[in-house]
Amino acid sequence: MTKLGEMKEIAIDPIFNNNPIGLQVLGVCSALAVTSNLKTALVMTIALIVVTAFSNFFISIIRNVIPNSVRIIVQMAIIASLVIVVDQLLKAFAYGLSKQLTVYVGLIITNCIVMGRAEAYAMKNPPIASFIDGVGNGLGYGFILLVVGAIRELFGSGALFGFVILPLTSNGGWYQANGLLLLPPSAFFIIGGIIWVIRIFKPAQVEPKE
Amino acid sequence: MSNKKDTFFSTILVVLIVCLVCSIVVSSAAVGLRSMQKANKIADTQKNILAVAGVSSNKTMKEIFATNIKAKLVNLKTGKFVEGGNVATYEQRHEAKIPGKSIKLTAKEDVAKIGRRANIAKIYLVSDDHGKLQRIILPIHGAGLWSTMYAFVALKPDGSTVMGIAYYDQAETPGLGGEVTNPRWTSLWIGKQLFNKQGDVAIKVIKGHAPKNAVHEVDGLAGATLTSDGVENTFLFWLGKNGFGPFLSNVRAGVLNHD
Repeated sequence: MTKLGEMKEIAIDPIFNNNPIGLQVLGVCSALAVTSNLKTALVMTIALIVVTAFSNFFISIIRNVIPNSVRIIVQMAIIASLVIVVDQLLKAFAYGLSKQLTVYVGLIITNCIVMGRAEAYAMKNPPIASFIDGVGNGLGYGFILLVVGAIRELFGSGALFGFVILPLTSNGGWYQANGLLLLPPSAFFIIGGIIWVIRIFKPAQVEPKE
Repeated sequence: MSNKKDTFFSTILVVLIVCLVCSIVVSSAAVGLRSMQKANKIADTQKNILAVAGVSSNKTMKEIFATNIKAKLVNLKTGKFVEGGNVATYEQRHEAKIPGKSIKLTAKEDVAKIGRRANIAKIYLVSDDHGKLQRIILPIHGAGLWSTMYAFVALKPDGSTVMGIAYYDQAETPGLGGEVTNPRWTSLWIGKQLFNKQGDVAIKVIKGHAPKNAVHEVDGLAGATLTSDGVENTFLFWLGKNGFGPFLSNVRAGVLNHD
């Protein structure tokens, strides 16, 4: 059995030290799409945590019987099924959100983080540790998503979670919204900025010069 | 060990078992949650209709739909009501895909870029508690910049004065084109005349601000020219002869008064 301290490390490590977006630079495309406001970013985070954790868990359970030649396909089948289940649950319990998210929920299947963790971790480690690794990586992804979402929503539409913080000129306030932040490319700049800041504090993450 | 699990038969066996388990999980989720999803969908549509219906009372949504709001099917070509037919289950969006129940629009006709149009539309008539007709709610849709935008537009019984508009399904850029859902913008529509005195479509979404007292012009959305054009084209199409044109000219001639 893995010890509690180790478990904590597996869960915390991907948030700052081994962030899936920051260091591994995975899952960037979906991070561009869902971060124009915090609400969608948060739901996407939760959905991804659930999918990554459970796909890691199930794949780890059957890791010793998965034939090597078809392992990617087996992983995909499990991930895809989980994503459909999450999508169905959202439609049943959070209809409004699922309407905003539905395309992107489907795209979790293609999110490199899920497959990346299945292939890199769950195939070699026991179920519980894999589950926690999935949660940790989901949290790491979510951390970046929420930071980017907060910046984009606050300066792009003057609100956080839909609550007005900076009243917009178009609604009779004083804040002139920055339209660029509402467009997907702005997430690139912000993610770039976050990676830069993380690497200032953790110089070990800087790639060696070729 | 790796030899044992990589044989031909064990590969097939594992794949089959994984597929079977996955398909059971997926189908039971889909079947088990279907009734809730359906209820959500209906509630969502009703909420959107209510947003433009203008029924102010302390009744529940269900009661309002039972007493004040009546769904009707309209044959778009003739502009007449379809008698019979199952109004409750009719889904215009679905019908538009079926050849025979919809028409393919030529490039010239298809101003709103919707491809196909169902032959029958589902509209809603809103009356007050005494049964007097208050509003006609029409479903419209058309292409914006990224997405097809779906809306309900409520008209006075004169068939020309806008009483409300609500976009309920769109995926335009949030903050720019997505502002079609902004209540401040939709409130600009109230009181506008869709048709001029000659009975031609006159509504326009213009760049910048419409002059005061303008009856046919609505402000465009700042920074969303293509979405604004899409809104205007949606109206042009649905008020024209391939949309609700025939029905609305019947309305103006007074068919609803004999209802």
